[in-house]
Amino acid sequence: MCGIVGLFLKDTALEPKLGDMLTDMLITMTDRGPDSAGIAIYGYETTGNAKLTVQSNTPDIDFDKLDNDLRKRVKGKVSMDIKDTHAVLSLQADQVKDAREILSEIRPDVRVMSHGTTVEIYKEVGLPKNVAERFDIRKMSGTHGIGHTRMATESAVTTMGAHPFNTGIDQCLVHNGSLSNHNSLRRKLRRRGVHIETENDTEVGAAYLTWRMQTGSTLGEALTSSLDDLDGFFTFVVGTKDGFGVVRDPIACKPAVMAETDQYVAFGSEYRALVNLPGIDTAKVWEPEPATVYFWSHNAAPTAQEKAA
Amino acid sequence: MQTFDLEAQGLRALNSTLHAQADNTDQTHWEIVNPKGSHAIAVGLDAPIEVNIKGSTGYYCAGMNKQATVHVHGSVGPGTAENMMSGTVIVEGDASQYAGATGHGGTLVIKGNASSRCGISMKGIDIIVHGNIGHMSAFMAQSGNLVVCGDAGEALGDSLYEARLFVRGSVKSLGADCIEKEMRPEHIAILEELLERGGCDAKASEFKRYGSARQLYNFNIDNAY
Repeated sequence: MCGIVGLFLKDTALEPKLGDMLTDMLITMTDRGPDSAGIAIYGYETTGNAKLTVQSNTPDIDFDKLDNDLRKRVKGKVSMDIKDTHAVLSLQADQVKDAREILSEIRPDVRVMSHGTTVEIYKEVGLPKNVAERFDIRKMSGTHGIGHTRMATESAVTTMGAHPFNTGIDQCLVHNGSLSNHNSLRRKLRRRGVHIETENDTEVGAAYLTWRMQTGSTLGEALTSSLDDLDGFFTFVVGTKDGFGVVRDPIACKPAVMAETDQYVAFGSEYRALVNLPGIDTAKVWEPEPATVYFWSHNAAPTAQEKAA
Repeated sequence: MQTFDLEAQGLRALNSTLHAQADNTDQTHWEIVNPKGSHAIAVGLDAPIEVNIKGSTGYYCAGMNKQATVHVHGSVGPGTAENMMSGTVIVEGDASQYAGATGHGGTLVIKGNASSRCGISMKGIDIIVHGNIGHMSAFMAQSGNLVVCGDAGEALGDSLYEARLFVRGSVKSLGADCIEKEMRPEHIAILEELLERGGCDAKASEFKRYGSARQLYNFNIDNAY
């Protein structure tokens, strides 16, 4: 199964409540995915800065003086905010590439969850309620966010198998469904030099999108071509710096419900996830069409593009 | 009228209370408040009662219904009125995928749109949709009637047996072995009754009829409509 939630705020007055609202939505989706949970929150940018959200299974050891150690090596400003097994490293945007290389050298067991200017990704094994509590998601504010509750079918229940997956700077992907050609696609992508860490099917989907975008596609084009190249069932929600997108495979057996008011656009695997949002009784509620790529953005009008058969 | 607060009293209490209603119950009107998208509301009913659900529901609302009238004042999730035997289910809003699937009898009225696989494997149910229906609707439908006042999605009536499909708007594509058929006076008469039962003000003459070309299965004349 798996559950997906997403919330894109139009009304800035709701921004301080983003984490709180998303946490409620996520917890409602617990019985669709009780084994792991994750959330991507799009917060606020500091000009010239970037954020790396990193994870360690031994945070006491790995995060000890990590900011100092990195600062010495990159020769720039580095600050660190530790939340349970995750830490958000803020550094100069032009030093991120070097910092990641240094990080893999000085803390080989630390994994990068996300890289972006506004996004932070938190994910762990456990009930969604507990995961949200560990990272204090309720207190987080931001412009939009997406979350996922996992019921694993294709690979092991691990932190790295949890969603969202970071697909590029400020981009992430969550998935409900199962890809059936992930093994052959993983081999193909690895031959092209794409790094794929786990045996997880969604990681392959995320790597596929990243690879398409690195070879010249826009996110919209990459999602459209995924309808041809990915075999299996999927409802994808992708987070971008200024909004989010939704695409369902042509069979569309994985559920999806959207709701829109003057204040927000919300996504849920089920209507249940949306019932406590303000004004839901008068919201426009509908199901996204199969094989159609939708985008909502703070900077542009919403779009919906059906892929030609 | 009996009012049941689903949020306060819980799903199991609701369904067991409704199941306890006998054929001759005098508590014939029920109102369910705070459904909040919950699953399996008012499933397996078997008494001539009327249940009004004040809000939207999740998976499998009014599944396996017999005799009862279930009226949802909102939208419904996947599998609504699945395997209905008799009675009536009315949805004021939209219906998610596979509404009325495998239904043997009764009437399902959807006043908004229905999503994919509406009436999949229907076996005698009558489904009347005021709006549009999604792809793969009436897949392997065996008998009964599907009326669509709007448009139908891709692969309508794929691998159809002997169900009648009436569509007023466009059909994106017909599935394997589904063809347009002549609308004879007896079909107009059937459709007029269905439209009236479903509360539609559409004219029967505006519809086209689709059915099985009978090439994909061993056609037996005793099954013919």
